[in-house]
Amino acid sequence: MTAGVEEQDELWAAIVEPARRRVLDLLLAHGEATATMLAAELPISRQAVVKHLAVLDRAGLVTARKQGREVRYAVRPERLDEARRRLAEVAAGWEASLATIKRLAEAPRK
Amino acid sequence: MIPERIEREIVIEASPERVWAVLTEPEHVGVWFAESVQGDLRPGTTSVLSWEEHGSFNIQVEKAEPPRYFSFRWAARSPGVDPGEGNSTLVEFRLIPEADGTRLHVVESGFRDLYDEQAEYVSDNTQGWVGALDSLQQYVAKTAEAPTRR
Repeated sequence: MTAGVEEQDELWAAIVEPARRRVLDLLLAHGEATATMLAAELPISRQAVVKHLAVLDRAGLVTARKQGREVRYAVRPERLDEARRRLAEVAAGWEASLATIKRLAEAPRK
Repeated sequence: MIPERIEREIVIEASPERVWAVLTEPEHVGVWFAESVQGDLRPGTTSVLSWEEHGSFNIQVEKAEPPRYFSFRWAARSPGVDPGEGNSTLVEFRLIPEADGTRLHVVESGFRDLYDEQAEYVSDNTQGWVGALDSLQQYVAKTAEAPTRR
């Protein structure tokens, strides 16, 4: 199956903008984050980050999840290029490892 | 350019000493990380971590400062190869004491040595966000021709 032309256009439009690529790579490097957290690491305003995230969301490159009053964003690995997809796998591996370390360390000891 | 490092962290309701033990003792490493561990994971030594699915990997422990900092280097894409310049990443764990536990932070860095930059430009043309350069050219050409839809 090939993606529709419209969809391809949206994907390209989303990624040709360098600031949006940086937003995407920050999400990949640090995991889930809010617009405020991302703006703290970028030379652009929170409002600008929000706009970039909306474009990335429409292109299917990120997912948004509401938590209380915050919206947290994360990359959607299936839409990334191969090298970044592998990094997303590495990141998922560390998340799983940390969760297991937590479980082991918190378990009552015999 | 792909990100140079991946960072993640978690808060654990246990003392740094307890987290340290789980993090560094081979018996535990064989649970949270590999399927089997040969070696004692001491600084300056090489241990072998194995996974049935991926193979065996040589892990060089660089530093162990209990209960604060632990680091190792591995060639995560080359089973059986000693980690060195250009083929490996550095994995660093930091244990930060918190009021009711420990914040465990992991950073793996050096990915730009590991992944060919070309990978960014290889695409099946239907997926992946940095595809072939000619697709980009086509896109730019098309948007230049057509009036913007917005």
